[in-house]
Amino acid sequence: MTDTTNSKLDTGGPTRRDVLKAAGLGGLALPILDRTARLVEGRKPEVVQLPAEGPRGTPTDPDLIHPKIWWEKVLSAEELVTLVALCDLIIPADHKSPSASQVGVPDYINEWASAPYEWAREGLTRIRDGLAWLNTESERRFGRAFAGLGAPEQTAIADDICYQPKAKPELLAAARFFDLIRDLSSTGFYTTREGMKDLGYIGNVPMPRWDGPPPEVLKHLGL
Amino acid sequence: MAAYQLAVAGLKVLVLEAGRGYDPVRETPMFQLPKDAPLRSGGTSDKPFGFYDATVDGGWNVPGEPYTTAPGSDFLWWRARMLGGRTNHWGRISLRMGPYDFKPYSRDGLGVDWPIGYDDLAPYYDKTEALVGVYGSSEGLENTPGSPNGTLLPPPAPRASELLTRKHCTPLGIPVIPAHLAILTTRQDAARWPAKLHPGNPLAQRVLADSMRARQACFWATECGRGCSIKANFQSTTVLLPPALATGNVDIVTNAMVREVTIDKTGRATGVHFIDKRTRTDKFARARVVVLAASACETARILLNSKSALFPNGLANTSGIVGKYLMDTVGAGISGQIPALENLPPHNDEGASNDHMYMPWWLYQEQKAAKLDFARGYHVEFGGGRRMPGPGIFGGLERFTGGAYGKRFKEAARRYYGTFMYFDGRGEMIPNEHSYCELDPEVVDQWGIPVLRFSWKWSEHEIRQASHMVTTFARIIEAMGGKVVGNLETDGNKVIAKGGEIIHEVGTVRMGSNPKTSVLNQWCQAWDVKNLFVTDGAPFVSNADKNPTLSILALAWRTCDHVVAEMKRGAI
Repeated sequence: MTDTTNSKLDTGGPTRRDVLKAAGLGGLALPILDRTARLVEGRKPEVVQLPAEGPRGTPTDPDLIHPKIWWEKVLSAEELVTLVALCDLIIPADHKSPSASQVGVPDYINEWASAPYEWAREGLTRIRDGLAWLNTESERRFGRAFAGLGAPEQTAIADDICYQPKAKPELLAAARFFDLIRDLSSTGFYTTREGMKDLGYIGNVPMPRWDGPPPEVLKHLGL
Repeated sequence: MAAYQLAVAGLKVLVLEAGRGYDPVRETPMFQLPKDAPLRSGGTSDKPFGFYDATVDGGWNVPGEPYTTAPGSDFLWWRARMLGGRTNHWGRISLRMGPYDFKPYSRDGLGVDWPIGYDDLAPYYDKTEALVGVYGSSEGLENTPGSPNGTLLPPPAPRASELLTRKHCTPLGIPVIPAHLAILTTRQDAARWPAKLHPGNPLAQRVLADSMRARQACFWATECGRGCSIKANFQSTTVLLPPALATGNVDIVTNAMVREVTIDKTGRATGVHFIDKRTRTDKFARARVVVLAASACETARILLNSKSALFPNGLANTSGIVGKYLMDTVGAGISGQIPALENLPPHNDEGASNDHMYMPWWLYQEQKAAKLDFARGYHVEFGGGRRMPGPGIFGGLERFTGGAYGKRFKEAARRYYGTFMYFDGRGEMIPNEHSYCELDPEVVDQWGIPVLRFSWKWSEHEIRQASHMVTTFARIIEAMGGKVVGNLETDGNKVIAKGGEIIHEVGTVRMGSNPKTSVLNQWCQAWDVKNLFVTDGAPFVSNADKNPTLSILALAWRTCDHVVAEMKRGAI
């Protein structure tokens, strides 16, 4: 396989979904007709349509082709300012990809914490506690809210809570919060096109054949 | 499968589906990215396998349709309320049961033998594989049957992580061979198979040829679990129901929740009562033959709810066996981080979505020589590599990086991406009298139908097997130069999946050669009611490590052949 056949996702060019949409096919099937077979048989194969009454748009039967979030996001504008600063401290822009907030990670975390599920209630509390603690700690140490701090000050606070096994006992809750935001930021960031490109993910593109890993991969593995 | 086989044989078939109609061609989100879905497509109680999973109105909890568990029992019951049921989202792993698997009692004195042997089902395995399309190879390993030449589609080339695993498993004596999956790696031969599978039946040949021509080969891009709009994998909604409907012999009624099979004074089944879920009214469908394929536990539930003067304990239940000997698959797994996979050149690692390789059970002789402390085997499903990043990616990276954040975190993500591998054991459970379902005496669902109550217990064989799984996987990960993720727990009681969690529940309406100890004869025909048949996982006598779907399909075909023959000779 060559890069030209499988790196569409990475080029930022039209995706197959866009192509299909342009062709009026939505996100649906690729009807590839077997014309040879038709000619041989001299008749058109019967088209059978299955009964389909959905989707009904309920949580257990959502529209998978046109997904939408059906709950309100509850974090306040002030909380989001702090969250943006923290997410970008964890995933800053660099030469390969943008920062977390540039691809909507804080909005995803807000969506996650506001979700209508039992686990989100606990998650929301931890995130609100954590954001409040972060600002209190920033005020206490540097006299300003976290989002207003410079990189060295933010780093000074983050270094104390970035690794649970080494966090001081009184900072354990803050360290758990930090790790939760790091995990959520990873999900939020690396599931975007920009994040996938950063990792070098290649896929989700139809290919005429599958040949297995290219030689340079086998060589790298000594296989 | 039953609807298809009976319809192509010329019988008029009414299919009653408890869920809604569903068409993968129109409904499958083939290329949608996680970022476009709620929660980045992560699983919830509404969509346990993720937002894009094909399952409609399903999971371990179905709103309005509860089940209960007996005190001290833990059991999870998966259902999918949609046309085609679980065949829409399953793992596509299609392994034949082997000769040992049909005669487990004769081999080690545990469990019960099937009333049929491998040779009885082998011709139906051959035909089913050709009908639905299965890739794989025939390796000639013990109790791991291959297929006649030309039946299996070519297996896909292994992924890098699979090749690396094979290299390190060979010295451990663990075979790593092509998996068998119901995915078309090439298009089916529509000129050859219809005549071979349905000799002398022009109707069947015509609808099957059309159906095979409407299916595309895998294009190596999207997740099978979402369903497949190009019909490259097996779902009954893309492979069996379209040709069945094309015969003109099938009617499908959806949102039809069957509650009872009715009988006449002589004990013959006369039809079924069902609730039309849209109007909440009771309806009746008359039938000459009733075939239950509602999934193992739901089929048992229908029978238990079909009480009459003739069958006060439920229909076809003079043996008292209905609901008994419920089994699931033993599951346990761990994952490991493999440094050799770090910094691989970027390449497409998606393949056929699921396993290209697997490890069949390899210790039959050690077991026979009593060198192991559990009786039955397991196979290993494993994978990893540079797949599409999804929710949870890099969760727990804290411990690998000493808490990296910022630029260091991004560098670590690049380094660790694609280096985690999982190893999951899937093992045989021996049926036991403590694992069963029965009607809850008090609870009914929103349709007024009494619900099931589950009792569940693993035996020491399963617990020890689960322990053997994780211990073995840790050895493999170490042999690969990797490190087990998290603390390695080897206590079988702690690592074994809950009953029902692997979603391979079978048994409950077992077949046998003795009407006193089984519900069905070797044709999956009720001993008590000769025009009543079962074609799901309920007739299973044992639950070999081989995933059940292929055997359910093969057994259903064999049963349908018998139904047709018996109707022809006027016996039913």
